[in-house]
Amino acid sequence: MCVVCGCGQERGETSLKSNTPDGTSPRIDKQTGDMHFGASAARVSVPGMSEIRTLKLEKDVLSENSRLAQLNRAHFAAHGVTAYDLVSSPGSGKTSLLCKTIAQLVSRRPSLPVAVIEGDQQTSLDADRIRQTGASAIQVNTGRGCHLDALMVGKAFEQLGLHSASHEYRESPESLNTIGPPSALLLIENVGNLVCPAMWDLGEAAKVVILSVTEGADKPLKYPDMFSAATLMLINKIDLLPYVDFNVEQCIESARRVNPDIQVLSVSASSGEGINDWIDWLLQHRG
Amino acid sequence: MHELSLAGSVLQIVESAAARDVFKRVRSLHLSVPALAGVEIAAFRFALQSLASHTVLDGADIIIDEPATRARCDDCDTDIHVVHFEDACELCGGYRWQCSNDRAIRVVDLLVE
Repeated sequence: MCVVCGCGQERGETSLKSNTPDGTSPRIDKQTGDMHFGASAARVSVPGMSEIRTLKLEKDVLSENSRLAQLNRAHFAAHGVTAYDLVSSPGSGKTSLLCKTIAQLVSRRPSLPVAVIEGDQQTSLDADRIRQTGASAIQVNTGRGCHLDALMVGKAFEQLGLHSASHEYRESPESLNTIGPPSALLLIENVGNLVCPAMWDLGEAAKVVILSVTEGADKPLKYPDMFSAATLMLINKIDLLPYVDFNVEQCIESARRVNPDIQVLSVSASSGEGINDWIDWLLQHRG
Repeated sequence: MHELSLAGSVLQIVESAAARDVFKRVRSLHLSVPALAGVEIAAFRFALQSLASHTVLDGADIIIDEPATRARCDDCDTDIHVVHFEDACELCGGYRWQCSNDRAIRVVDLLVE
């Protein structure tokens, strides 16, 4: 257990207590730390009294996730980590963009620790690609789930070297009060899905929605929950603009209809265009 | 579908209440799902019914309020109603509005025995 902040489990421990709705614990790969959530067992009803009465609850259904997200938020802050939740449809180029971003970050800020939490239904293909860039990554497989939640992100964070390495950050008194660039970056690549992740707070500083020019400029109107929840929209694959019928201005206008305050950047993971501005945003943004 | 995740959370809340307040079953489950909460009501109802069997929710009536979303238009400084995120202000046609009521999905109360 982390004695600095009281968090975490022993490295390599495979049975984590889980209060996911289906009551199961994730299976953890001892070597990589990758986590696999699966299907559930039936719950059993609780016997009790037979008098009929009304119980007033007024309980927010997402309150447990919100509570865990706030814990994540505090945990990240205590370790000087700035976390971003990257959301998009499948195939927008999130993983390629992450690989390009990490490569550029390494040359601009070689001493900045960067880690990735990768969400998919199955396989560790994406986490493997990230690890090849030199950044550490934990794959979280949701099984049949369609989004990452705060519990999964909290558990994955505990497995990361970023977590233990950034304990040194907490030790120096001046670092606790410093308002400056992040001391460590955690990039969370959510499951490819433009609907469900909008509702689940992970404890991130901001949600970044990635939309590629092969997808259609009216996406923000068709998926308003997600574009409303995002702080930044990244328009990706701009190297393909000469070959597709994508109107960038119309896309930005659509996004501003559902979210007047959304910020916009255009990038190409393959050509590198716009990546430096995106990195500036990552390094300067405050939650 | 996230409606299934949400239904799972509802079941957890109800089962915590059952352990704390000691009841045998729920006769009626009363929920509030505001218009801009991002939930498909039919899918949510289906998910709840699917998860209910062999639990304390088995056979419960499911009552779902769908309160309208109140919002404040910053452009014309008036209280308005909205149904979708992409709706314009019904008075001035602007898009600069903020929700003024809560969008949380809630378990309001339970009729239990």
